[in-house]
Amino acid sequence: MQDEAPARRMSTQAATGSRPTELAARSAVEPAVGPAAASARTAGLLPLMIFAAIAGLFAFALMRPGDPSKIPSALIGRAAPPLTLAALEGVIEKGQPVPGLTPADVARGSPVIVNFWASWCIPCVDEHPVLVALKARTGATIYGINHKDQSANARRFLARYGNPFAAIGTDGNGRAAIDWGVYGMPETFIVDGAGIIVFKHVGPLTPHIVETAILPALEKAKRQR
Amino acid sequence: MIAEIGHFCLVLALLVAAVQTILPALGAHWREPRLMAMAEPAALTQLALLALAFLALMHAYVTSDFSVANTWENSHTLKPMLYKISGVWGNHEGSMLLWVLILALFGAAVAQFGRNLPASLKANVLAVQASIAFGFLLFIVATSNPFARLDPAPLEGRGLNPILQDPALAFHPPFLYAGYVGFSMAFSFAVAALIEGRIDSAWARWVRPWTLAAWMCLTIGIAMGSWWAYYELGWGGWWFWDPVENASFMPWLAGTALLHSAVVMEKREALKIWTILLAILTFSLSLMGTFLVRSGILSSVHAFAVDPKRGVFILGLLFIYIGGALSLYSLRAGQLRQGGIFSPISREGSLVLNNILLATATGTVLVGTLYPLALEALTGAKISVGAPYFNMTFGPLMVPLLLAVPFGPLLAWKRGDLAAAMERLLAAIAAATVAAALALAFFIRGPWLAPLGIALGVWVIAGTLCELAFRVKFLRAPWSEVYRRLANLPRASYGGTLAHAGLGLMVLGIVGTTAWQSEKILTLRPGEHVDIAGYSLEFKGTLPSQGPNYSEISGVLAVSRQGRPVTELTPSKRLYETPRQSTTEAGIHVSWRGDLYTVLGDGQADGSYAIRLYFNPLVRFIWLGAILMFLGGGLSLSDRRLRVGAPRRAPTAVPAE
Amino acid sequence: MHHWHKGLCLVVALALASLVFAGFGPAVAIEPDEILQDAALESRARQISADLRCLVCQNQSIDDSSASLAKDLRVLVRQRLSEGDSDADVRAFVVARYGEFVLLRPPLSLRTILLWATPFLLLAFIAQAILRKLNAAKRETGGVAGLTADEQKRLDTILKRDA
Repeated sequence: MQDEAPARRMSTQAATGSRPTELAARSAVEPAVGPAAASARTAGLLPLMIFAAIAGLFAFALMRPGDPSKIPSALIGRAAPPLTLAALEGVIEKGQPVPGLTPADVARGSPVIVNFWASWCIPCVDEHPVLVALKARTGATIYGINHKDQSANARRFLARYGNPFAAIGTDGNGRAAIDWGVYGMPETFIVDGAGIIVFKHVGPLTPHIVETAILPALEKAKRQR
Repeated sequence: MIAEIGHFCLVLALLVAAVQTILPALGAHWREPRLMAMAEPAALTQLALLALAFLALMHAYVTSDFSVANTWENSHTLKPMLYKISGVWGNHEGSMLLWVLILALFGAAVAQFGRNLPASLKANVLAVQASIAFGFLLFIVATSNPFARLDPAPLEGRGLNPILQDPALAFHPPFLYAGYVGFSMAFSFAVAALIEGRIDSAWARWVRPWTLAAWMCLTIGIAMGSWWAYYELGWGGWWFWDPVENASFMPWLAGTALLHSAVVMEKREALKIWTILLAILTFSLSLMGTFLVRSGILSSVHAFAVDPKRGVFILGLLFIYIGGALSLYSLRAGQLRQGGIFSPISREGSLVLNNILLATATGTVLVGTLYPLALEALTGAKISVGAPYFNMTFGPLMVPLLLAVPFGPLLAWKRGDLAAAMERLLAAIAAATVAAALALAFFIRGPWLAPLGIALGVWVIAGTLCELAFRVKFLRAPWSEVYRRLANLPRASYGGTLAHAGLGLMVLGIVGTTAWQSEKILTLRPGEHVDIAGYSLEFKGTLPSQGPNYSEISGVLAVSRQGRPVTELTPSKRLYETPRQSTTEAGIHVSWRGDLYTVLGDGQADGSYAIRLYFNPLVRFIWLGAILMFLGGGLSLSDRRLRVGAPRRAPTAVPAE
Repeated sequence: MHHWHKGLCLVVALALASLVFAGFGPAVAIEPDEILQDAALESRARQISADLRCLVCQNQSIDDSSASLAKDLRVLVRQRLSEGDSDADVRAFVVARYGEFVLLRPPLSLRTILLWATPFLLLAFIAQAILRKLNAAKRETGGVAGLTADEQKRLDTILKRDA
């Protein structure tokens, strides 16, 4: 154990210092022996071990990738909630009005992408060209769900940035968003041909995310059919 | 130029801290008085340098010098002067500067007033203190320089978040930091004692005043934050168990335990190892709080702007200081001998119970705060641990603590007499019973446990007063003797009485407002009436007005009670210009029964306004209690026996009874 | 020492505080038009809302938040209650869509058993650790409880003198 030097130093100190020697001597560092001392040593280590665990946790928290405020979807692997949503009036594609959404629109044997968006949502402006490019490149079926929006604004938004959506449902009261576990705009889901949600992305899509996540997920969903 | 001087002072202070860490510690090791003596001038120099740096930053704010990036990001020319000044610490960089300034202030205070400390202990304490300053100064200089320049200088600043432009919040951080950082004294003393291998009751006496001062500041700092939340956030909530709140509450709980265990150590030489550990843990929890708030690993309403680099740096500092101190503890703790022994029913026993419960409560808050993170690390699953968890676990732990509060001071040291104490508390038992009965009678429809909560609060207050009455022989001796005893009672004992009574008041406030709050949320057209909690309110319409940096719309509510006009309340909504953000200002009428709390909501299409009305019974007692605790601490601090540098009394002079 | 506080207080304590403190939050965000006419239903809705986390604001319940999603969820909770759902049904409905993350009061499960056991484990552990230290001190000192070796010596002297 420790040498006796501290104890000696202590008693000289106590004399020059402030406490009567006998009091200080009682509490001086003394070499401890026996099993009691061994258990005291482990007990003495415990706070350090707890701290090490907490510090490790902090290190993990600092290193973990992604945004801690993002939460995983509870709906992955579950059937997509049925959608019965009215069309966004006045959106015309190739001379036909773009329809709304019905439960039959998912689970048609091939995967679909479902995108929640709104004209008031600023990240959606960044995302929209990516969706348009995705549609042009892969021809994937993309459904848009227009969340709590003014129809006129939504129409202007599509006129300005293009319409990648095969069908658009309007979610005026936000119930569809809740049914899909959406908590921020925009969010993008991939539903496989059997109507099972297989993928979800929170936040705007970027070309990088399309390349690394959306396309592989789409491929995988296709192969499963 | 002035900003450069400030920056220069920061770097100089870093160097001084390095010197102050190394030389006195070596001096203490080699028993070389001249090296040890270096600590004092170094501590004072460090304070002077940091004060200059702080003033330099304040100058930039006061003169709206937007060539300083920090000022540009957080200030605005139109901001009232008070908030220009408080803006200095309303951001990450400035608040870190305040943090190290307070650290230096405590260090300099020890250098200046700790004359009766043994030279080597003092040298070691100041060296440890300076090592903390060194780490955090390095952090500031390396990652968070408040004096960074912008070229060209913008013409106008971006402004301070309007929700922070509030008098209570202006002074909340300085008190909070004084509390956090003040606990560094206990930490430095503990580490110095472990280095020296010398721990006795004198140690506890040296540490107590610093701990008490820090505890007072933290108490009032937390209370200010909660008061601010109460009236500013617009729904009368005063505590949310948010991670950042928990980060300030854990050091408070541990510090409260430390104050009590240090008493046992000072008077009875017992609980020494535990007290040392508590001293280390209390400041460790403060440091951890700093990390949690500034690293952004937990999402919180109050977090600073997040920068992972800073998180890594602070984590490194935690490793060094907490890890270092706890390693030293694990090496030395087994070798320290415990002192005096006592029966479970004794003053010491009651203080041990206090410590067990406070430590458990601290640990519970810690686990609750970090559990989601740990679960995610281990399993990837994400869960939330929110207010309901903390209310369900923390509350029950406080009940036995509150039941025990009046007993403690009535029990003798070593071996107390529980039956005799109970007898002295008969009046308190009666008062608590009556209070419960009255509460039950008045609020028959409220939660059935609330009257018990009220009884608990009354029990603490009345029990504390019983103890005072017993000490001065109230009703048991002639008045002249009672007066004489009152006058001779040490201030520290009045301090304890006051703080415990404050705790009781706080319980009353918490129980009253959580159990019996009434609420009305409705739309009112001008001229319409509404009744709540015995008040009648008439909505008279709205008034627009213009503040220095905001525009405001106020609702006018005429309040009357039993036909007599009481007051006129003007809850309002403000729209600030920079940054463009709106706030609500509650209109509050204060009475002894509670607060009538009114909030103006949005205007509706039909010309009516959404209005929220609350009656919060007894809610003021929460902060009144905190103020009493603060005053109690101050009274104890002014006690001759606790004052640093005062002549010591003989070790046997434990107050009678 | 092991029994004198726990037996006395713990049972009372648990019962007392869990009800006094559980879930009476006031609300900021709730709008006049959301409130249900049926007071009993409304009070159930409030209790449920206080335990559901607002996902966009972090660390606030939907009862406290003025975020639009929080409002939608408050309306949903009331709608489902009005349609006859039990409290548990409503919670399950939200959890099915947003995961257990939305529950501010995590349900007791294998994952959270340690969390809920924490206060008990800590209480037992800390009490045990402190008491063991004190017992060790007693053994070291060896004297009659309450007397230091020094005092014992003084007492002996006095007794001898008297004898």
